[in-house]
Amino acid sequence: MDYNTGVVLIGTCLLGIAAGVIGSFAVLRRRALMGDALAHAALPGICVAFLIIGERHFAGFLLGALVSGSLGVGIVTLLRHSTRIKEDAAIGIVLSVFFGGGIVLSSTIQHMPGGNRSGLDTYIFGKTAAMVRQDVMIIGGVCVFILAVSMLLYKEFKALSFDREYASAQGLPVLALDFAMMTLLVLVTVAGLPAVGVVLMAAMLIIPGAAARFWTDRLHWMLMIAAFIGALTGLFGTMMSARYAGLPAGPIIVLVGASMFVASMLFAPRRGIVARVLSRRRLEVRTMRQNLLRTMYELAEPDPAAKPPVTPVELTSRRAWSVVQARRALERAQAAGMVESVDGMRYRFTEAGLEEAVCVVRTHRLWEVFLIEEAHVAADHVDRDADSIEHVLGAEEVRHLERRLVEMGRWPKEAPLPPPSPHGWANGGDAT
Amino acid sequence: MITPERDVQQAATESGAAVKKAAVAPLDVHDMTVAYHRRPVLWDVDLTLPDGCLTAVVGPNGAGKSTLIKAILSLVPKASGRVLIYGKPYEQQRHLVGYIPQRESVDWDFPVSALDVVLMGRYGRLGWFRRPGKHDRQAALEALENVGMVDFAHRQIAQLSGGQQQRVFLARALVQDAQIYFMDEPFAGVDAATESAIVELLRTLRARGRTVVVVHHDLQTVDRYFDHMILLNMRVVADGPTGDVFTPENLRNTYGGRLTLLDEAAEAMRHGRVDA
Repeated sequence: MDYNTGVVLIGTCLLGIAAGVIGSFAVLRRRALMGDALAHAALPGICVAFLIIGERHFAGFLLGALVSGSLGVGIVTLLRHSTRIKEDAAIGIVLSVFFGGGIVLSSTIQHMPGGNRSGLDTYIFGKTAAMVRQDVMIIGGVCVFILAVSMLLYKEFKALSFDREYASAQGLPVLALDFAMMTLLVLVTVAGLPAVGVVLMAAMLIIPGAAARFWTDRLHWMLMIAAFIGALTGLFGTMMSARYAGLPAGPIIVLVGASMFVASMLFAPRRGIVARVLSRRRLEVRTMRQNLLRTMYELAEPDPAAKPPVTPVELTSRRAWSVVQARRALERAQAAGMVESVDGMRYRFTEAGLEEAVCVVRTHRLWEVFLIEEAHVAADHVDRDADSIEHVLGAEEVRHLERRLVEMGRWPKEAPLPPPSPHGWANGGDAT
Repeated sequence: MITPERDVQQAATESGAAVKKAAVAPLDVHDMTVAYHRRPVLWDVDLTLPDGCLTAVVGPNGAGKSTLIKAILSLVPKASGRVLIYGKPYEQQRHLVGYIPQRESVDWDFPVSALDVVLMGRYGRLGWFRRPGKHDRQAALEALENVGMVDFAHRQIAQLSGGQQQRVFLARALVQDAQIYFMDEPFAGVDAATESAIVELLRTLRARGRTVVVVHHDLQTVDRYFDHMILLNMRVVADGPTGDVFTPENLRNTYGGRLTLLDEAAEAMRHGRVDA
């Protein structure tokens, strides 16, 4: 790795961090496509800057990109506010018109006689190898500035992104903050153009934030993970494009980012696809076992403690199971130590299984009586299997429901009796 | 050295200040008109609220109930008019005002916990760049405790039920410790447990001398929950103590032809002919 590659690596790494952080806010605010419009709209500005300066001059290009990119964003905002055109249509129009204009300008420049034309086309797909030390210094400076501002304004950006109206009612200057956030987005986009190019810069903004969202439910972690993914994307992308000469940097960086996104989507804990499938599977297994234990308990009533054996066929009379399903449920419960086989055909509770069954029956019947008698207290979004019924309904409500079950003769008699009501339910008093 | 006379004098000034404060209406709206796209939504609204009352804003869909609150809070531009909070323009009195927007107004999949959301209620007083500290966290946890949500402080907000989300919004406003609160349909789509928690909270606020303005859509409960009422349909049809304002005639003037439907529905429910 030569000196220049090292410098470029630092540059793209910083760029990935800054784009990841500011892009996360854009993703959360559903403004992700704004970055895309911005990047495309920067191209004519770069061309005009070339026409004025007459040679490849990085700072000049940045300035041109800044002006035309901001102009593009301004037109999107104007179209949205003053006409009936919606934001997606406005972005589509601005993005393609500015990009088309930029392509026309750049091919005109290519055909102009004389002059040093080299470097313009690298802005379309990005070419890290063409970057020199001064370029990286500017990119690095811009990125450090972006990171510093977003750290200072973290609290304000958070409030703005979550609930703009409330932030405004709190006295935060939401328009100025909107403008600040947009300016940071413009800056990072423009800084990323020589490395990634106008066509693919949006991916640099969107992918790290979108991937980071899979890993966490907290904003500060999301920003840090997005920064990390952005940095890795920049590093690996640059290294690969440096190793295989001829591969354009932009597409490689995007592909590296995309593979990290796919990995996050699949394997992130809790929010990832694999975790979700597994947790649904676990829920199914748990539900099946609880249904089995409850059915066995009810078949054995009035004396479940005697642990009378049951056959799979008997179970199918109570549940919408096939014999095969019933047998599988029993085998699973046996593996978990909840039931034991008597003679290969019939099964009965183990001690642990009976204990668990009492618990399941109690919870189930509490919910049942609650839903029948107290349904006006709608407990929505409740995981009814959770053994935390006290947590959801409150201890007092649960005591009341327990006493109702005792009155109705539906209390599992192996469970310890609930304490008597302070209001004397046994005498016909109302426990509420 | 403090002489007894000075004590008396000081006490007199203090009580004088208190009287003066009580004499200034918490909310005074004068001649307010609001228009969206040149079409007026609210006409010539004049309102004065007495101190420490629970006020319901009632009216049909599209009557401008939410707009009234948003215009008072300068969240939508006013075509004309003036709003005074405790005798001064709203912009100077923001710290006295708490706002609870409609629950649907935010993305609940946002990566924050219930505690994070409540802490946002402190941002207004924190000032630039400062992060919420230990004291703010303590206040936020207390506010969550007051709405029965302290056990859910570290849950991501998407994992809360609708009623629980509404209570988080209430806690966010409580933690501001405002003098006057504006709530936009806090009872919409919540479970009965949350409804009674909100009602209890409203009464606590009134007992502490706070003024609360609530956009409400349930005519069945309005006279039980609120002591003051604004009937609104693009203009103020009537306002005053609920006992005086909540009359069939005023309701007919507010709801127009649509009230007959309401009458029938109410009648039917009274006789138990409507199931569900």
